[in-house]
Amino acid sequence: MMLLDIANLSRRFSSGGRDVAALSDVSLTLASGETLGLAGASGSGKSTLARILLRLIPADGGTIHFEENDWLKLSGAELRRRRAKMQMVFQDILGAFNPRATVASVLDDPLRIHEIVPKAERPKEIAALLERVGLPASYATRSIREVSGGQRQRIAIARAIATRPSLIVLDEAVSALDVSIRGKILELLVELQQERGIAYLFVSHDLAVLRAVSHRIAVMEAGRLVEIGAASQVIENPRSSAARALIAAVPRLVTGLPERHHYDV
Amino acid sequence: MSALCEIRGLSVTYQGHPVPALTNVDIDIHPGERLAIIGESGSGKSTLARTIAGLLPAGARVRGEMRWSIGQAPLPGRDMGFVFQDPSASLNPVLTIGEQVAEGARRNLGLTWKAAHERALDMLERVRIPDPAKVLKAFPHQLSGGQRQRVAIAAALATGPGILIADEATSALDMIVQAEIVSLLDELVREAGMTLVFITHDVALASGFADRVAIFRNGELVEAGPVGAVLTAPENGYTRTLLASHRDLSTPPLIREAAT
Ligand SMILES: Nc1ncnc2c1ncn2[C@@H]1O[C@H](COP(=O)(O)OP(=O)(O)O)[C@@H](O)[C@H]1O
Ligand SMILES: Nc1ncnc2c1ncn2[C@@H]1O[C@H](COP(=O)(O)OP(=O)(O)O)[C@@H](O)[C@H]1O
Ligand SMILES: [Mg+2]
Ligand SMILES: [Mg+2]
Repeated sequence: MMLLDIANLSRRFSSGGRDVAALSDVSLTLASGETLGLAGASGSGKSTLARILLRLIPADGGTIHFEENDWLKLSGAELRRRRAKMQMVFQDILGAFNPRATVASVLDDPLRIHEIVPKAERPKEIAALLERVGLPASYATRSIREVSGGQRQRIAIARAIATRPSLIVLDEAVSALDVSIRGKILELLVELQQERGIAYLFVSHDLAVLRAVSHRIAVMEAGRLVEIGAASQVIENPRSSAARALIAAVPRLVTGLPERHHYDV
Repeated sequence: MSALCEIRGLSVTYQGHPVPALTNVDIDIHPGERLAIIGESGSGKSTLARTIAGLLPAGARVRGEMRWSIGQAPLPGRDMGFVFQDPSASLNPVLTIGEQVAEGARRNLGLTWKAAHERALDMLERVRIPDPAKVLKAFPHQLSGGQRQRVAIAAALATGPGILIADEATSALDMIVQAEIVSLLDELVREAGMTLVFITHDVALASGFADRVAIFRNGELVEAGPVGAVLTAPENGYTRTLLASHRDLSTPPLIREAAT
């Protein structure tokens, strides 16, 4: 049984008199501890899929099984309880946090709501979470506004792992970060996966980022899933025109080095 | 080569901020070149762009010199065009695309509205907007992000400026649109023999078409030179770090692709 099984998911939007098929008949699966990279041009439906999966918006049709639950049918207390197992990290926007919040309160919320550890142990757990994502425990007292974008993303990751999830949905989670920081965050995510067996649905328009962390890559185009396969397969041997276009668009470092000479030996 | 603009000992400090945003920067802009300004966020790239454009906020303290070969600074909006990361910032939401592309040409080149509209239509064709006659009558919100950026480029180029400053002009776009916009910019500035100052945090993106690169860090220029020289034999340790942290499709993945 797969950790996640999405079947025939569809969703339309109508805005300003236009009707958009944001998601058309999308099916995919994800195993425990696996990373599926979800690629596609802007507007191809990646975030719609992520938001339906996270139960932030409803689907028009299709089913999702997550940890053997009929995920879209869950509601109320049952949904709240199960939600601990599926967490999210979005693109760094301060708006994702209450601006007056401290780092400690951001991490305390999930621990309290999902009753992860008893109240008396929460400060210790918060310190451990911060250390796990590479921040000093003393950061707990800081305001969320005082920390840099890269540090905020570490805090978002700490919040996501606080509830001991089996799946984390990441939507453009590293897209706004500087390259040096981005690399460190990707390394942290891979370490956490290896240590805790977390699966990632990793949404990004940047194929180079997906190549770094994904076991498999799925490509979306205009609401449809047009290709899915092992990451190396999709990158080295793309079958869809959408995948080929994404590959061609990744900027390559041109150093102007002349072709390497062959020396006689 | 005689520089179009010689910048010497430039330091900029924003009002109410103790730390300078730029410190003692020496750099030349050569006529007709594509100069890439590269650095991570907060390194001072936009401050340099604003200083060149004369767009610093009131109260900013500027030291140092900026000497233009023609004796005086190019007039922003006429002799110097800008394209920013967020095209919405340079487009007025309540004016039609045609009105805003035509406006600069009318005001700065003394064209009649009719002539300015023809110019706008011509510019939209040059930035390869599909159905330009229809887009002329559209409002910014009716276009996609990539199309809005094409319109912003059309508006910036409508007066035929000699220099264009593009500050993270493709950073908010997806990669496919980014690649299209970069090749469009490259083609248009080549055609017109324009000078381009291309500001980006992405060293690989710049490496594909810049003539010279200047690497910034914490408000200082760490290294500048021809793109090939700086990227193959960087002199500065920070430049090396920046190059090492670049990832593309040939970079070894961080995970092993186990059988799943
Ligand atoms: N709330 C919404 N209302 C109307 N249209 C929407 C809404 N959310 C998404 N869309 C449309 O659905 C399509 C897919 O969007 P999205 O899932 O955000 O794509 P991606 O994340 O791949 O960029 C786009 O055409 C988008 O404009
Ligand atoms: N309008 C402003 N007022 C005060 N400080 C600013 C302003 N704009 C930028 N800064 C500061 O100046 C420094 C350089 O910023 P900026 O030139 O925007 O860098 P970049 O464009 O490379 O990200 C940063 O520390 C930034 O916080
Ligand atoms: Mg999205
Ligand atoms: Mg900037």
